[in-house]
Parts: sequence; structure tokens; C-alpha cells
Amino acid sequence: MEKFTTVDAPAVALDMANVDTDQIIPARFLWRPRAEGYGHLLFHDVRKPGFPLDAPSAQGAAVLVAGRNFGCGSSREHAAWALVDAGFRVVIAPSLGDIFYSNSFKNGLLPIVLPDARCMELRAALARNPGARMIVDLEAQTVTGPVGINDGFAIDHFDVDPFRKELLLAGEDEVGFTLRHADAIRTYEAEYSRVMPWV
Amino acid sequence: HDGSRAGFKFLAERGLPLHSPGHSFGTPDHYVSTAGHDLDAIAEPHRREMVVDLAQNAAKHGFTHFGLGDARQGIVHVIGPEQGITLPGIVMVCGDSHTASHGALGALAFGIGASEVAHVLATQTLWQSRKPGSMRITVDGRLRGGVFAKDVILAIIARIGAAGGTGRVIEYAGQVFRDMSVEGRLTVCNMSIEAGARAGMVAPDETTFAYLKNRPFAPQGEMWDSAVAFWRTLPSDPDAVFDAEVSLDGGEITPFATRGTSPEHAAPVTDAIPDPAVAPTAERREAYARALEYMGLAPGTRMDAIPIDRVFIGSCTNSRIEDLRAAAHVVKGRKARVPSWAVPGSGLVKRQAEAEGIDRVFKDAGFEWREPGCSMCVGMNGDVVEPGAHCASTSNRNFVGRQGQGARTHLMSPAMAAAAAVTGHITDVRRLMEGGT
Ligand code: SF4
Repeated sequence: MEKFTTVDAPAVALDMANVDTDQIIPARFLWRPRAEGYGHLLFHDVRKPGFPLDAPSAQGAAVLVAGRNFGCGSSREHAAWALVDAGFRVVIAPSLGDIFYSNSFKNGLLPIVLPDARCMELRAALARNPGARMIVDLEAQTVTGPVGINDGFAIDHFDVDPFRKELLLAGEDEVGFTLRHADAIRTYEAEYSRVMPWV
Repeated sequence: HDGSRAGFKFLAERGLPLHSPGHSFGTPDHYVSTAGHDLDAIAEPHRREMVVDLAQNAAKHGFTHFGLGDARQGIVHVIGPEQGITLPGIVMVCGDSHTASHGALGALAFGIGASEVAHVLATQTLWQSRKPGSMRITVDGRLRGGVFAKDVILAIIARIGAAGGTGRVIEYAGQVFRDMSVEGRLTVCNMSIEAGARAGMVAPDETTFAYLKNRPFAPQGEMWDSAVAFWRTLPSDPDAVFDAEVSLDGGEITPFATRGTSPEHAAPVTDAIPDPAVAPTAERREAYARALEYMGLAPGTRMDAIPIDRVFIGSCTNSRIEDLRAAAHVVKGRKARVPSWAVPGSGLVKRQAEAEGIDRVFKDAGFEWREPGCSMCVGMNGDVVEPGAHCASTSNRNFVGRQGQGARTHLMSPAMAAAAAVTGHITDVRRLMEGGT
């Protein structure tokens, strides 16, 4: 997994609520091997003329500012894969689907929750200033921008679980980390079998 | 299930063994054909490969696998409870968001993504750094005739919204759930994720224990007694405090259906389609207008005037025997006016339905009686709804393109879907139950 430190890149706004993972990546593509890449399939069926991600100013965008309940629905990790493969490293939204939120961290995609009003302001500013950049600093837990324009600028602080932050900064996956606690797992399992021997 | 390939690939790449084969179970469901119950019925090599991979991984790692040809095969969330694998008090995960279903038996069950599946396969553990909030949804009173578990959960989602439970685990409490069968509770807990919740559960009680007794993987003999004694300690304390409380009057709930592209776009079948202009925020106005455009519906249309092109009775939400009985009850003596499918949730459900003559009722009415699998809920096996067609579906998601590109899904109960099948439009099932046509 790619390490995450700071992202300084164009941002793009997606002004839709309840963008579910079926829209992010349709089910009929899920059998495809991970190695073949999913970037070109991102939002496959909802890309109509004028879709914000197709704008020339969205080239090289790595920050997506989305609407309420982004990534709701199916647990398919392919949704995170498709975003990462299309170059995204950060998704900012007022709320995110729980499973999508977890999946994102495992793929070097940083999900950030900011207040509804601030997300709306950012989306509006980005719509007025296509291709404006934003800076996301994981270490400092800040979102800065849009930069270089005088519209909607702010420095926002965001929350992130310290454990997930550490793994993301190190680019380490959880399995390696967990296997170092094999003794604790064995002890727990022994206790579990004592309390619930029928399981 | 057969979408777990990435997890096993990870084990192979790292040279890791499966940590707990005895606590791991698998069955193919997403990619299986519903036209025939064997591998040969799956025409496309890439789909067959997903099913074969799971069987091979089961053989390699030594976990229990209910494969094609085995009557115990079925949708993973149908067979877990059916086999007694799902038990109160356990933590259960699966690479599928509808794992929340299993909370109906008092398990803490939730869906995870591919990386977490790999983590569980390798370590039998999972990091949970965000402690979920708690939410209690109390539905008291008694359901009226023609109102089912599906209507209850649709009414709940319409009330709290598709993100109403985000970051939370829901406990469903109150008279309605106490009176509900385990199968009904499975329908309710199944759609917890459609309210945004990570998991949903119902306190285990005598109904739960009676359901589990003598199931193949449930504890037996003396072990059963100690298990039940333990399970009785699990329900929430009477003075437990929840982060959020919601209550509904069960007696007020009527048959529901969805009209938009989010489960929160659910409403009583007696309603008309409201004008998006009345939505409280600009964002909702736009979302709703976009949904109606996709659905091809105009404001003011009565819900029960929406024509239906296709009917799907199945999915992990509503493919158990009680669901098929409820639908068959409506279908009996009538004819389907549009292509209609009944897809049992497992081989054992199918067998039971056939023993009761339910397959005949469906076939006589012109329904297709299919083999068990996810089928048209998600269309991953090729069972899709045609672009632009309106499908009355007992599944759980009415998302854009969920049942196929351009497909227009209306979620409803099996009885309501049966009513739509025999009338060709969305219909208040209570009308047919009173003997109307
Ligand atoms: S029936 Fe539908 S929702 Fe249930 S597991 Fe299968 S695809 Fe998922």
C-alpha cells in the first residue's frame, strides 16, 4: 500500500447525495482481477455528458468532495480500488458509508468527514473554480484550500483514528501488525472456548 | 461466498494458513446460475471461475463448503441461520454488507470489505477502532393484515433516512419484533445497512431458541442447555441507555413500496409521488428529482398506478419459506401478467416449498421457479432486468443500475410483489386479500 503523507492536488466536487458503491463500480465488473485495474471503470454507468470527473479541469484530481452518505451500500472494496486507480487519495464528505470508510484506509485512500455546510461550501467553490487545488496533511490532520483562489478558503481540522493514521502514514497493512500479536489472540481464543464451548 | 477470492489470494501470496477452518463456512451464491443447479449451468468462464475458486479454497484450507449440487447451498445469509451456524452472542463477519441479517438471532454480525476478509482469514480477528454508536428502534403495537416485516423496515428507513444509522448498531425492540418470527427478524436486520447501520439485532428469546433447536450446527444435548442459559443473559438491560432512540407505532404501518433510487424513497402504497419541490433541502430536492427522472415517474402519479414489467421474489431479504408462502397465498388462483420469478434462498427452502406445493402455485400462475442464488438482486450471474423496465422486487436495494443498467427497482414485500405480478402494476395487497381482482 502506498504511504500517505501530504496530498497537494486538484480537487473535484461531486454534488450528489447517497452515491452508493453500485454507482461507483457496477456489480458486473467485480469478477475482474485486481491487477487489471479499475480506474477506467469508476462511475461507469453514471458518466453522462457533463459528469464532473470528465471535465478537463478534473485531470490529475486526487481529492473528491462528495455529498452526504458517500459510499453507502455494498461492501465491495472495488469502490475504493476504482477511486485509487483513478488517482484519488482523499474523499471528503459530510458522512460516508461505514464499510466504505474502513475499506478506504486499507487502500491508501483517506476518507475525511467535514461538516455538511463546509462540504457544501467547498463543492460550490470548486464548481466556480474548476481544477482548484487542495492540500491534505494527514500528520497535521488538516485540509487546506481551495488554494490559489480567493473563494471558500479555510483550514479545516479533521478527526482520524490514531491507529489507522499510523498505518496509513507507514503504508503498512494490518495483517502484518496483527500477526505480531499472535500470543494475545491465542490467549483470547482459549478464554472464548471456555465461555462458549459450543461455538 | 464466491466473491471472497481476493481474501484467499492474499493468504496464498503471503504463504499464510487459514487461521480457523472450523469457524469458517462458505457457499457460492452471487455467481451461480438460477437456471440449473450445477457448474455446467454457468455459461460464462469468468463466473464459473469464481464458483470453482471457492470450492478449491475450501478443499485446500479445510473449511465447510456447501457447493452446487448440495441441497444446503444457498444465499449465504439464508443458510447461516438455516444451518444453525448463526448463534446468539457470536461475532460474525462476511465480505457482504447484508451480513447484518444474522443479528436477527442476537449475533453481532456485520459486513466487511476484501482487505478485512483477508485479515479475518489470516488472524480470526478484526480491528475496530471506531466504537459504533447505539440506536434503539422500538416498534410497539400489532401489525395489521397485509403488513409484513419488509413493510416495517421500509417504514423505518423512510423515517430515519438511508444514513440514519450510520456509525451505529441498531437494536430492534418492542412488541412487533417480539411477536415476529425469526424469518421476519432476518428481513428487518438484513436491511439495517440500508439505513446506514453497521449492524442490527434483536434480543434472543424463546422464539430464537425454538428456531435454533436441532439445527445441524447448533449446540446439541447438554451443550444446548448451557448455551441457552448463556444466551438468556444477552438481552440489553432494561435501563440500558442508547445514543439514539426512535419509535414507531406498528399499528400505523401500511404496505410500503419504494419509488426512487434510495431505500429512503419508500412510502405507503396508498401515497402519490410527491413533487420534489416540497423536499426540505436543495440537496434532497435535486436528489429526488434525479431519482424520479431515472425512474421515469411524474409527480402526482399514484403509487398503485405505476406499471410493472417484471417481478422478482427472492434475495437474502425475502427468499425464505415464509416469504414464499406469503407470495403464493396471493398468487394462488391468479395469473401473472408480467414475467415473474420466484427464486428460493437455499436448496432446503426450495425443497420445503416443493413439499408444500408452493412451486405448483407459482408455476400454475406462470411464474418461473428457479434454483437458489442471489440472482436478480444484483445481477452478477447475468439475471438482469431490462433497461427502463420497472421491477417489483423483494430485494433490498433500489440503487441506480442495481438490477441491471437502467433497471427501475421498486422494493416491496413478497405479498406486494405477488400482487404486482398478478395485476401488472403496483397494488395494495390488502385489496387482493379481501378478494378483489
Ligand atoms: S441476495 Fe442480494 S443483497 Fe443478498 S447477498 Fe446476494 S447479492 Fe447481496
